[in-house]
Amino acid sequence: MTGGVLPILIVLAALVPALISFALPERHARLRSIVNLSGAVLKLGLVAYLLLAVADGAAPEARLSLAPGLDLLLRVDALALLFVTLSGVLWLITTIYAIAYLGDSPNLSRFFGFFGLCVAATTGIAFSGTLITFFVFYEMLTLSTWPLVVHKQNEKSFAAGRRYLAYALPASAVLLIAIIWLESATGPVEFATGTDLSVLGETSLQMIFWLFIAGLGVKAALFPLHGWLPAAMAAPAPVSALLHAVAVVKAGAFGIIRIIYDVFGIATVSALGLATPLAILASFTILYGSVRALEQSEIKKRLAFSTVSQVSYIILGAALAGPIAAIGGLAHLVHQGLMKIALFFCAGIYAERAGIETVEALDGIGPRMPWTSVAFTLGAMGMIGIPPMAGFVSKFYLGVGAVQTGANWVVVVLATSSLLNAAYFLPLVYRIWFLPAPEDRAAPADGFERPLGLIVPAVIAAGAALAVGLMAGSPLSPLGWATLIVERDYLP
Amino acid sequence: MVHPALLVAPIAAPLLAALLAIAFPRGAVAAALSAVGVALVASLVLVVEVARTGTGAALAIGGWPPPLGIALEADGLSAMFLLAASTIGLGVLVVAQGPFGWTGRETRKGYSFWPLALCLLAALNAIFLSRDFFNFYVGLELLSLSAVALVALDGKREAIEAALRYLMFALVGSLLYLLGAALLYAQYGTLDIGLIAASAETNGPTLVAAGLMTAGLAAKTALFPLHAWLPSAHTGAPAVASAMLSALVPKASFFILVRVWFDALPGQAGPGLTLVLGTMGAVAIVYGSILALLQERLKLIIAYSTVAQLGYLFLVFPLAGGDSTAQPWFAGAWTGGMVHAVSHGLAKAAMFLCAGAMMAAAGGDKLSDVRGIVAKMPLATFAFALAAVTLMGLPPSGGFLAKYLMLTAAFASGAWVWGAVVLAGGLLAALYLYRPLASLFAPADPDRTFTSVPLRTELVPLALALVAVLLGVASQFPYDILQVGRSVAAEAGLE
Repeated sequence: MTGGVLPILIVLAALVPALISFALPERHARLRSIVNLSGAVLKLGLVAYLLLAVADGAAPEARLSLAPGLDLLLRVDALALLFVTLSGVLWLITTIYAIAYLGDSPNLSRFFGFFGLCVAATTGIAFSGTLITFFVFYEMLTLSTWPLVVHKQNEKSFAAGRRYLAYALPASAVLLIAIIWLESATGPVEFATGTDLSVLGETSLQMIFWLFIAGLGVKAALFPLHGWLPAAMAAPAPVSALLHAVAVVKAGAFGIIRIIYDVFGIATVSALGLATPLAILASFTILYGSVRALEQSEIKKRLAFSTVSQVSYIILGAALAGPIAAIGGLAHLVHQGLMKIALFFCAGIYAERAGIETVEALDGIGPRMPWTSVAFTLGAMGMIGIPPMAGFVSKFYLGVGAVQTGANWVVVVLATSSLLNAAYFLPLVYRIWFLPAPEDRAAPADGFERPLGLIVPAVIAAGAALAVGLMAGSPLSPLGWATLIVERDYLP
Repeated sequence: MVHPALLVAPIAAPLLAALLAIAFPRGAVAAALSAVGVALVASLVLVVEVARTGTGAALAIGGWPPPLGIALEADGLSAMFLLAASTIGLGVLVVAQGPFGWTGRETRKGYSFWPLALCLLAALNAIFLSRDFFNFYVGLELLSLSAVALVALDGKREAIEAALRYLMFALVGSLLYLLGAALLYAQYGTLDIGLIAASAETNGPTLVAAGLMTAGLAAKTALFPLHAWLPSAHTGAPAVASAMLSALVPKASFFILVRVWFDALPGQAGPGLTLVLGTMGAVAIVYGSILALLQERLKLIIAYSTVAQLGYLFLVFPLAGGDSTAQPWFAGAWTGGMVHAVSHGLAKAAMFLCAGAMMAAAGGDKLSDVRGIVAKMPLATFAFALAAVTLMGLPPSGGFLAKYLMLTAAFASGAWVWGAVVLAGGLLAALYLYRPLASLFAPADPDRTFTSVPLRTELVPLALALVAVLLGVASQFPYDILQVGRSVAAEAGLE
C-alpha cells in the first residue's frame, strides 16, 4: 500500500470539521461538538496507524503540482509524525476543554471553524515535504490564528490581534525572501532529497540562513521577536493553550529544525559558523524569558514568558549540532507541549471558576481545587526539570549533548535557567498548597472543580507529562521516537 | 481542429443578446444570462481543446486568410482570458438582476444597462480573439464607449463628470493607439501580428509607432501616472459596473500591450522600454497602495487597490526571461504576470460585488457605515476576506503563485529592486486591506440595523473569490494552458 492518501486524510480530518463548523448555525452546539471530536479521534487513529508504518520504514507521500517542478508535497517522515502526534493528542483534549470552557457563549461556529483550520494548518506544516508547501501552510496558520486571537472582539483583543499581524506578516515576507533567494538559485527545495547549496556563495548562504531564522523566529518567539506572544494572552484560554503548546510557537520551532536538518544540513550549518551564534541566541532567549517571567504577577503572563524561554530549548537542541542534544531538543518539542498545555488549562480553570488571575490570589487554593492544583503542580515541576518529569529528561539530554559537542557553557545556561524556572514556579506551588486561603473567597454554587470537561483534559495532560518522563525508555515515548529520528535521518 | 463556433460564439452571442435587449427589454435579463452562459461554455470548451491538442485555434472568417481577411485566433493566453472574462461577466450579470432587472416598467437605467454590459463583454472577447492591430482598435473603441456609458449610468453630476474624465483619457488613448497602428501599417503594409513579427526590423518609425501604441494602451490600463480616471470613475458607477471596470476593462488593453511587445515586436523592445514600463508599474504599486491606505470609502479603497495591482502586470516587461536558466519551469515571470491578471480580475470583481452588496445593506460604503456587517452578511464578509488574501499575495491563491513566479525571476536575474517592490506591495496590501477587514469584523453597534439583501449577491462574490484561491492550488492546468502558443520572448525575455 502506498499510503499517500493518509497524510491527506489526516489534514482533512481537521479541515472538514472546520468547514462543517463554519456552515453549522450557531444553535447546533451538540452536533458541532460531535463533528469536531470525531475529527480529532479519527485523526488520532490515523496517526497511530502511520506511527507503526513509519517505524517500519514507510514514507508515504502525496504530490500536487503547482507549476512544472514546483510541487505541493505532503510527505510523512519520523520528524513529521512527532509533531503530528503531539498536535493530534492536544487537539483532542483541547477540543474537550474548549467545549466546556466556552459553553454557550456567542460565535462558536466561527471559533471552532478557525480552531480546526489552525490544526489543519499545523498538520500541513508537519507533513510539508517542500519549502513552498511549508510556506503555504505556515501562512494558513497565520491567517487562521488571527480570528482566534481577536475572538472576544474587545479593544484589548483587537490590539493583540494587530500586534500579532504586525509581527507575523513582515516575518512572512522575510521568510518568503529567504525561500525565494534560495530557490531562485537552487530551484525548488524538497526536504527529503537534499539541496545542492554549492551554487550559492558562503555569505549568501549565511544571509539566507539568518533570514530563515528571522522569518521563523517570530512564531517561535525567539528574542527579540517575541513581543506578540504575551500580548496574545487576550485570547480565550483554550486558544492560548493551543497557541503555546502546539500550533504557533511550535510551528516556528519545527520550521527551524527543518531548515537546519533538511535544507542546510547540520554539517553545512556548522561549517558556515552559524550553529554557535544560533545556540547563543537561543540561550539568551531562554534566560531572558525566564527573567521576564519572574517579573510577571499575572499567571497567564508568567506562563507566556515561560513559553518564550522553553521553546528556545528546542532551538538550542537543534543548534548544538550534536546527536544527543538533537534528541533532547526534539523530545522537548513534545514534553514542553504537554506540560505547557496542562499549565494553561489549569490557569484557565483558576480564572474561570475561582476568579484567580494573579499569583497572589492563588493562596491556599490547593485543598479547594485538588485536581487542578495537582495538575498545575506537576506541570510546574516538569518545567523546572525535576526528575522524573518529562522536562528533566529533555534538559538532561540537552546538557549531555552540549558537553558532547564541547559547548560546556550551555550547561551553565541550563542550570541558571532551571534555577530561574524554580524561582518563578515554586512560589506559585508554595502559595497553592501552603499559604492560608483568604476569608472572602466564594465558591461557585456548583463547586470549584466543575465541569468535568475542564478538569479531565488538564489532568490528562499533566498525567501524560509525567508518563512520558517515567517511560522515556520506551521506543514509542517522545524520547524514543526522537532517538529514532536522529538515528535514522540525521546521524552523519 | 476546434469547431469554428467556439471562436465566434463568445463575440456573437453577447452582441446578439445586446440587440435583443434593446428590442425586448422585458427579456433583457434572460437574453444576457443565456448569451454570457453560451460564451462561458464556449470558452470552457476552447480551454479544454487547447489544453488537449496543445495548439491554438484559428478561423479565417469567410475563408479569407490575413492580410486579405479577418482572422480569429485563440492561443492559451486568449483562451484563459476569455474564460476569466466570461466567468466574471456571468457573475456580475447574475448580481445585476437585482438593481437592473425588469420591474414591470421600463426605467432608463434598467433599459440601458444590459446592452451596454453585453457590448462591453463582446468587445472584450473580440480583443482576446484578435490577432490584428485594427481589430484590436475596433474592440477597444467599443469597450471604452460602453464602459464610459456605464460609469455615467447613474446620471448624477458626480458620475457624469467622472465619465467625461474617463472619456477624455479613453479617447486620447485610442487616438495615440490608432496613430501608432497607422505608422505600423505604413511601414509594413499589414496590421496582422504574425506578419509584422515575421518582417519587423528595428528602425525609427517602428519604435515611434510602438511607443505611441504603448502610451495609448497604458492610459487605458490606468498605469501610473495615467490612472487619474480610474478611482473617480468608480465613485459614481454602480457596483456591478465597477466590478467589470476594475476586473476586466484594463486587462484588455494590457492584453494588447503584451501582444505588441511579446508577439509582434519582441526584438525591438530594448532595455529602455522595459525599464520605463517596469518603473511606472513599481511606482503604481507603491502610490496606489498608499492612496488606498488613506481612503475612508470601501469602493475607493478597492479602486486604488486596482491602481496598485495593475502595476504588477507591468513588471512582466522587465522580469520576463529572468528565470530562464535556474528553474525547472518555463517562462515563469511572464506566466506569473498572466496568472496575476486573471486572479486579480476574479478577486477584484468579488470585492466590488461584496462592496455593492454591503452598500445596499448599509446604505453607504464609508468604513463606519459597514462596521460590524459580518453579523448580518457573513458570506459576503468571508468572500471579501478571501479576495483580500489573493490581493495580498498570500498562499494559497492565484495571487501568491503569480508573486512567487515573478519573485524567483527577479532574484534569479539579480533584479533586487523589482523583487523588493513586489514584496513591499504585498505588505502594503495587507495594511490597506486590514482597515476594511477590521471594520467589517468589528462588533456592530447593538442598535445598528442593516437592510436584507438577496443571497445571490453574497454567493456570487464568494464563488469568484474561491476560484481565485483555487487558481493557486490547481494551478498546473492553467500554467500549461498559458504555455500553448506563447511567444519565445516570454521565456527568453524582451530586448
